Amino acid sequence: MGKKRIVHYINQFFAGIGGEEKADVKPEKSDGVVGPGMAFKGQLSDVAEIVGTVVCGDSYFSEHEADASETVLNMIESYKPDLVIVGPSFNAGRYGVAAGAVAKLVDENLHIPVVGGMYPENPGLDLYKKHGYFVETGNSAATMRKAIPAMSDVVKQLLAGNEEITGYMPKGIRVNEFKEERGSKRAVDMLVNKIQGKEFKTEYPMPTFDRVDPAPAVKDITKARIALVSSGGPVPKGNPDHIESSSASKYGKYSLKDIDDFTPENGQTAHGGYDPVYANEDLDRVLPVDVIKEMLANGEIGSLHDYWYATVGNGTSVANAKKFGTEIGKQLKEDGVDAVILTST
Amino acid sequence: MRLDVGNIFIKDVAFGDKTEVKNGTLFVNKDELIEAATGGDERIKSLDIYLAKPGDKTRIIPVKDVIEPRVKVDGKGGIFPGIINDVDQVGSGTTHVLKGAAVVTTGKIVGFQEGIIDMSGEGAKYTPFSKTNNIVIKMEPIDSIKQHEHEEVIRLVGFRAANYLGEAAKDVKPDEVKTYETKPLLDQVAQYPDLPKVVYVYALQTQGLMHNTFFYGADAKKIVPTFMYPTEAFDGAIASGNCVSACDKNPSYVHLNSPVIEDLYAKHGKEINFIGCVITNENVTLQDKKRSSNMTAKLVEMLGADAAIVSEEGFGNPDADLVMNCNNLENKGIKTVLVTDEYAGRDGASQSLADSTPKGDAVVTAGNANVVVTLPVMDTVIGHPEVANTIAGAWDGSLHDDGSIEAEIQVITGSTNELGFNTLSAKTI
Repeated sequence: MGKKRIVHYINQFFAGIGGEEKADVKPEKSDGVVGPGMAFKGQLSDVAEIVGTVVCGDSYFSEHEADASETVLNMIESYKPDLVIVGPSFNAGRYGVAAGAVAKLVDENLHIPVVGGMYPENPGLDLYKKHGYFVETGNSAATMRKAIPAMSDVVKQLLAGNEEITGYMPKGIRVNEFKEERGSKRAVDMLVNKIQGKEFKTEYPMPTFDRVDPAPAVKDITKARIALVSSGGPVPKGNPDHIESSSASKYGKYSLKDIDDFTPENGQTAHGGYDPVYANEDLDRVLPVDVIKEMLANGEIGSLHDYWYATVGNGTSVANAKKFGTEIGKQLKEDGVDAVILTST
Repeated sequence: MRLDVGNIFIKDVAFGDKTEVKNGTLFVNKDELIEAATGGDERIKSLDIYLAKPGDKTRIIPVKDVIEPRVKVDGKGGIFPGIINDVDQVGSGTTHVLKGAAVVTTGKIVGFQEGIIDMSGEGAKYTPFSKTNNIVIKMEPIDSIKQHEHEEVIRLVGFRAANYLGEAAKDVKPDEVKTYETKPLLDQVAQYPDLPKVVYVYALQTQGLMHNTFFYGADAKKIVPTFMYPTEAFDGAIASGNCVSACDKNPSYVHLNSPVIEDLYAKHGKEINFIGCVITNENVTLQDKKRSSNMTAKLVEMLGADAAIVSEEGFGNPDADLVMNCNNLENKGIKTVLVTDEYAGRDGASQSLADSTPKGDAVVTAGNANVVVTLPVMDTVIGHPEVANTIAGAWDGSLHDDGSIEAEIQVITGSTNELGFNTLSAKTI
């Protein structure tokens, strides 16, 4: 079997082109190793060959990300690699972010493994850790001698096709696996160990949640512009955007202009996580359009935003929910909304 | 309370002139089964029976419930007391089981809220019911029926069918007999005075239509937490009324074979003293959650337990019940292990639960329900394939033109069962 092919991505500094003053160099490629690639070559010579090196200036990458991404990806792909090494980028922020972005490009487009090396506080790690195997390094290039063997070890494990890879900082991705024993047996075994004071290992380390402080109260509600937003799935009859009943991938924006009160004919819920009967009978139970329109008519609120936003919270990933929230919030701000009534289920 | 469970191994199922077990094959008289399952219910428009066996290229969609045929041969009461048998005290005596057979109910149900069982292919790996010989009942109600009534009609059809088939086990000599016993509390504590006392906190999904569970026929959302001898579950004290997000709702079959109870009994008298169960519910309001979780911890404390396993049913809103139960128990010094599943997103990168506690340091997971799989084309589809575009865990376009389905394992009946019925788990990479 022939040796595996590796492409190495580094910045202008490690390529020996120059420091900050050369950070705007455009992507370039050269066959074989450059800079720290030499040390990787020594570690990996039995199993792989570094067939090419792609270099890009850190500033150029961040300032021309679309162009740089396309060019770098094409250059990497031209070598038909089995694996890509990025960095190590230690605690160099822009280099870490660029190396992480390259990892994402390779992961999503070429579907081959990426190995990197970063200091845990490098901002590139948090942004891109799920796209590669990033080995923990020291915070400066002075620790290069330690980083190279550690990264090479992960490269070897990946090229050998090992199922269990060790020695990198967790990507934070949950992956399903079948165990020997069923869950109830594992629970009983875990309990016995916990009772007896023996070591036990949780299968799911509970996360620490983000907590959002409520915004200060609206000073004068009779002057405020109010919008309605819901994760309870309130949509126009027929669910025109086909929002999923669980694990929503989108949200909808719907006009309130012609609706003063929901009826079984003009509204329904798309949500699959609760009894839909009462919501479908009268969707005001999920989104209080009838009451808010009355309050509007009575001058109890300043004005009402013309649209409501809706998605389904049922089983929807936090990442999607964050994305929807950010986008909806931005649009509401642009439309001059002062306060939101946010309903769930 | 002592129960002998006599398992009669069923290796095949076939239609026949008489409903009986012969050499490991369950023969089913179709007409009699149709009559028994219908039970004179005038709300039924049509009812038909199909067979689906392990390895068949068959898909059942949408699945409402799965029920194991059982029968009481000695001791009080009948299976599913308070529902289709008189509400006697069950859990003692002898029960026979057609082990390897299952009744599966399907039909156009209420909305977008049911599961899939594939008897072969990728989906079969995830559902426990690809390994059972299934007697599938497809039932459609009369047109004018209300949704809540529809749910009740098909639920009872399944129980009646399982009850009828279970009768065939009555006079058959079991292939194996397993004995389970938990004594009255003081006697049970005295029996193994040196072993740590363990209680199982058995949380039942009770959020509303298609999210109901029944305890001796009582709607469990209206109960306050209460004690149960573990063996009561094996006689159908707990029955399913739900199927939404089918991956982590407990079919009645799983309650009848309640796995945490079985596995606690396996260590009973050896490493632990399994003194009983506390059943509790998972209602939607904070007031209900507080009441139930406070009372659960109180009952576990009253029993004098040193440790507890808490199982969840469902996800999202019930994650709060799981966390409240954990906090309340651990605050009383009761060592706790939790059983849950995860919704970590299709890429596995999101937070898995809707609530969290640092006291939850011992968690068993049944896997990430958001993982997407492709279910291959089948030769036979029993039910209504078009619901594959709307059931929880699918999306518009999940059902492909050729009949294959791309969807989250959330759509697969029992795939991430939180009573720990399966071997599926998850890890962080």
